[in-house]
Amino acid sequence: MVSKPHGGKLVNRVVTGRRREYLLEEAKELRKVSVSESLAADVSNIAHGVYSPLEGFMVYNDYYHVLYDMRLANDVPWTIPIVLDVSREEILGLKEGDDIAISFKNTMLAIMEIEDIYKWDKREFCKKVFKTVDVRHPGVSKTMHRKDLLIGGSIYLLNDVPEPFERYRLWPVETRVLFEAKRWRTIAGFQTRNVPHRGHEYVQKAALTFVDGLFVNPLVGWKKTRDYKDEVIVRAYEALIENYYPKDSVVFSVLRMEMRYAGPREAILHAIVRKNFGCTHFIVGRDHAGVGDFYGPYEAWDIFNEFPDLGIIPMFIREAFYCMKCGGFVNEKICPHEEEYRVKVSGTKLRKMILSKEKPPEYMMRPEVVEVILNFERPFVE
Amino acid sequence: MGFKIMGEEKVAVHISKELYEKARKYVEESEGEFKSVDELVEFVLKEVLSEEVEEKVFTKEEEEKIKERLRALGYI
Repeated sequence: MVSKPHGGKLVNRVVTGRRREYLLEEAKELRKVSVSESLAADVSNIAHGVYSPLEGFMVYNDYYHVLYDMRLANDVPWTIPIVLDVSREEILGLKEGDDIAISFKNTMLAIMEIEDIYKWDKREFCKKVFKTVDVRHPGVSKTMHRKDLLIGGSIYLLNDVPEPFERYRLWPVETRVLFEAKRWRTIAGFQTRNVPHRGHEYVQKAALTFVDGLFVNPLVGWKKTRDYKDEVIVRAYEALIENYYPKDSVVFSVLRMEMRYAGPREAILHAIVRKNFGCTHFIVGRDHAGVGDFYGPYEAWDIFNEFPDLGIIPMFIREAFYCMKCGGFVNEKICPHEEEYRVKVSGTKLRKMILSKEKPPEYMMRPEVVEVILNFERPFVE
Repeated sequence: MGFKIMGEEKVAVHISKELYEKARKYVEESEGEFKSVDELVEFVLKEVLSEEVEEKVFTKEEEEKIKERLRALGYI
């Protein structure tokens, strides 16, 4: 049985039919707030239930509880505030109870009922969410550049932002039907922002040994420089799945959502999101959603102890390496051999090889995946 | 057989004495979280049952439409 949605109910704030026509007309008369690509993705994710039980951007009460208790005001686990920042000028003259139109470029996305307007302390936000105020942290740097006020309230989605990977965009309501159609009772979600190397493949297949299906769900959208571009990730996974995965055991779909690099707190958010897609299990990587050395390698594992009521089972699978004596991919728990026989698959090393157009060896990355990546002139975010 | 407490209809169920004693001890140690064994039992049952019953957010017709899209995309 697929997982129950977080908070008990899968949210649907998508307006259709004649009501949508009516609200699109009404939106023309409303004050317009233009949002970034990441916020536009949040709007869609709220409306389609990816962030269930959220029905809109957070009001102060939820914001406060999430920041300090890692729970919504109603005690449901939630670790990163989902907020809409605005400038004073943008909402001048508006008050609680008014409606605004949210747009992205030329697309009218949604109408939001303003329930709360409040200030936020960005440094305090960073301290709590990222555990640092160091601006070298990409999440901190991004937060410090955000606007000074937050507005919270329910949204009504009128349009989604066009998705370049539409063929791979599935919403929770769709994955739930899909998993049931496949008769999967247990599903492990895999979060990624990388192209797959042999270590990732090992972790995914180790999880798949214990569950009925694997849901590979890379994030597309804003990422820091030197991360792989979205298209490279998608094409690399196509090659891997086509050549090395049993077709009936894996579903691949993209999720447009900003990487926040918030380490342990983000690991919980990633698990909640996959729970909403119907996953019963979630693979938590070493230094999950980490960046640089801002978090300890297993902090993202430890935080799960604080959420016995999360409603999705974390799978802590150790990092894999190739052992020349074992003759295959193993991890430190199952390999008795010395360091000298172990070859680690380093993302940094792979990146350097790819930058210099050098082919990584097969024990690091599948040749079909290498070929796809090397076909890109510039595979990294610049 | 039903009866009413504070206007709410209730029914009696039977559990083993041993389990009842364990529950009573749990209530005593709960520092006021539960006021009685009845309250504890009701809480536990609600939790268990709510995990089993998922409210479907789509009709049969909508489910068919979703399946059509999934087929068109090659997922089914």
